[in-house]
Amino acid sequence: MISIRERAKIGVGLFILSDVGFFLLLIIAYVYYHGYPGAGPTAATALNVTRTGLFSLALFASSATIWMSSRAARSGDSRGLVRWLAITIALGVLFMCGQVTEYYDLLSSGVTVSRNLFATTFFTLTGFHGLHVMTGLIALATTLGLARAGKLHERSMDGFGAVEWYWHFVDVVWVVVFSVVYLWGAVAS
Amino acid sequence: MSQVVDAGVAPNLVTGEREGLLAWVASVDHKQVGILYMISSMFFFFVGGIEALVLRIQLAAPGLHIISPETFDQLFTMHGTTMIFLFVMPMLTGMSNYVIPLMIGAHDVAFPRLNAMGFWVQLFGGVILYFSFLAGGAPNAGWFSYTPLAEKAYSSLAGVDYWIVGLACIGVGSLASAINLAVTIICLRVQGLSVRRLPLFAWMTMVNSFLMIGALPLLNASLVILMIDRTFNAHVFDPAGGGSALLWQHFFWSFGHPEVYIMILPAFGIISEVIPVFSGKPIYGYEFVAASTVAIAFLSFTVWAHHMFAVGMSMVGNVAFGISSMTIAVPTGIKIFNWTATLYGGRIRFTTAMMFAVAFLFTFTIGGLSGISFAAFPLDWQLTDTYYLVAHFHYVIFGGSAFGIFAGFYYWFPKFSGRMMSERIGVWNFWLTFIGFNLTFFIQHVLGLAGMPRRVFTYPDLPGWAAMNLISTIGAFVLGFSILLFVWNIFDSLANGAVAGDNPWDAWTLEWATTSPPPPENFDRVPPVHGRRPLWDLAHPDRADEKVARA
Repeated sequence: MISIRERAKIGVGLFILSDVGFFLLLIIAYVYYHGYPGAGPTAATALNVTRTGLFSLALFASSATIWMSSRAARSGDSRGLVRWLAITIALGVLFMCGQVTEYYDLLSSGVTVSRNLFATTFFTLTGFHGLHVMTGLIALATTLGLARAGKLHERSMDGFGAVEWYWHFVDVVWVVVFSVVYLWGAVAS
Repeated sequence: MSQVVDAGVAPNLVTGEREGLLAWVASVDHKQVGILYMISSMFFFFVGGIEALVLRIQLAAPGLHIISPETFDQLFTMHGTTMIFLFVMPMLTGMSNYVIPLMIGAHDVAFPRLNAMGFWVQLFGGVILYFSFLAGGAPNAGWFSYTPLAEKAYSSLAGVDYWIVGLACIGVGSLASAINLAVTIICLRVQGLSVRRLPLFAWMTMVNSFLMIGALPLLNASLVILMIDRTFNAHVFDPAGGGSALLWQHFFWSFGHPEVYIMILPAFGIISEVIPVFSGKPIYGYEFVAASTVAIAFLSFTVWAHHMFAVGMSMVGNVAFGISSMTIAVPTGIKIFNWTATLYGGRIRFTTAMMFAVAFLFTFTIGGLSGISFAAFPLDWQLTDTYYLVAHFHYVIFGGSAFGIFAGFYYWFPKFSGRMMSERIGVWNFWLTFIGFNLTFFIQHVLGLAGMPRRVFTYPDLPGWAAMNLISTIGAFVLGFSILLFVWNIFDSLANGAVAGDNPWDAWTLEWATTSPPPPENFDRVPPVHGRRPLWDLAHPDRADEKVARA
């Protein structure tokens, strides 16, 4: 029987399962219009793959750092826990800075949500991913606050584990989104 | 109030200090949250019922103009949305909320706060949906809001926006309660209650929770894209801007078909508890009932396009979705067979709960059979836009889900309240509901075959149509009156009902092992579980299920 101590992780696991369905439809909508986005910008003409790729590395690296953080927590190294958690948050914020500047450039060059079907589905998909990253950052910041106050005990490790799962999930979604939107766009051009 | 905190169990968060209304608003106790769900869904059942009666008044005779076509559109949209999202779903969620922790011997649910949040968010969604009446008109594009009708160009008022936001809130709230119930059943079962001993209502609630976890995000994703279309003038679902109206239909029904199973699976669970108890026998083929539920849940994600035969898909698509839709009849038929076989040779007690359960077998089977006829797509082409579909749907959802809800309510009311519901009023309630329901909807099969289109505010005076519609309207009022009896029975029984005791039905699942109503911490001591019927084993140690099985 699965222990009650694992319940936060199982709950978040089920939430991740549901979120897979959510992103699946947003991705399908994007892919569906990839062939005929209407006149105007496309992934090939509007997006800077290299630049976003570099910011993506920050997000991918944050999966490793949060793992380091939870490893430190498991071995009772509270300084390591706090340090790696802070680095994870910094990497997440860096990724968001990349997305904000990318949006700013797109919007100022006239690529708005309603410009064409590429733009609508692109902003919907990456926008909702960005919202997920921000939610994750709030959860990480809360965890960091608890850890710094020395309140991350063995009992609350289940909650930290749930945050970790969620953060990995947000990362994996970006692997798919980056491949489908940016890499496919680059190949298609 | 004592705080029950022991190793491995969520702390009891019942706020004993607060009193009156605040105690309910601030409550995170699963029993109180469950009752809140039931009260709010009864309220919306009433509202949705009144909407239906107004529709039936307008349709009582050909060529009437009691309400305008615009109002008719708003009312059938609100009737459908209300009954699905604000009555059937939350009513079943409320029953699961109350009963499941008791049934599995738990002191509370896994996430009490999340559970309370789920209720209030979905109620907020209902309030938003109904606020639309004050904000320029209710949504009027149907409970499915087909595009491009639901796009800004054709529905320029805010009704559809309220529909989107309201449903998104209901989706989030229902998702929260589904996750909570699934984790509760996975993590909080009492020692000895393995999945092979889990009561079938808990089994189906668990499968149903997974179905909701899989399906509701599909609705929410569709809703946010439609919202972006409407708010930012985008065209994802709008052919005028290069988008696809069909994509909306695919997206919506990928949620919409699992949704009809979300509405029926917990009712299956209720029937699987009520029929064995009042037949004096364990369920026939427990494993088949449980496994066929899992099969239905998987298959329900593969049949969505049978809602779209009429759009003109390729023949391959038609055949594939026709076959997959017919396949669902197999696990459903297995269940009907198992319930019938449970009745066979039993010492049947025809309580009101049992009468609703047996009636469910008849009416749901009729709805299931007309459903199979729709899987034959040439028939679907002919009938999908007629009252035949209205009849089919109501046989499944009223004759199925709602009859299951009534059966469950009569069955568990003694546990909820400590009082028995009046069987005398119950019998009247049952027969008037049964007669009123069949009078309303059976004739609609014929009307549909005669070609009467649905979703239209009136109809021409063709031979027989006036009489058949009048019969249907009279039936609707009989049905409406029977619901008043039901509500009267609740209030009368709360005040004057006989005291129920712990286990008035000689039932055998764990919720009957505690007082009625249960204390905040549910149990002083949970009886040992060695089989599927712990209370039977306790009462008949010499004929315990385990011993009989070994012998």
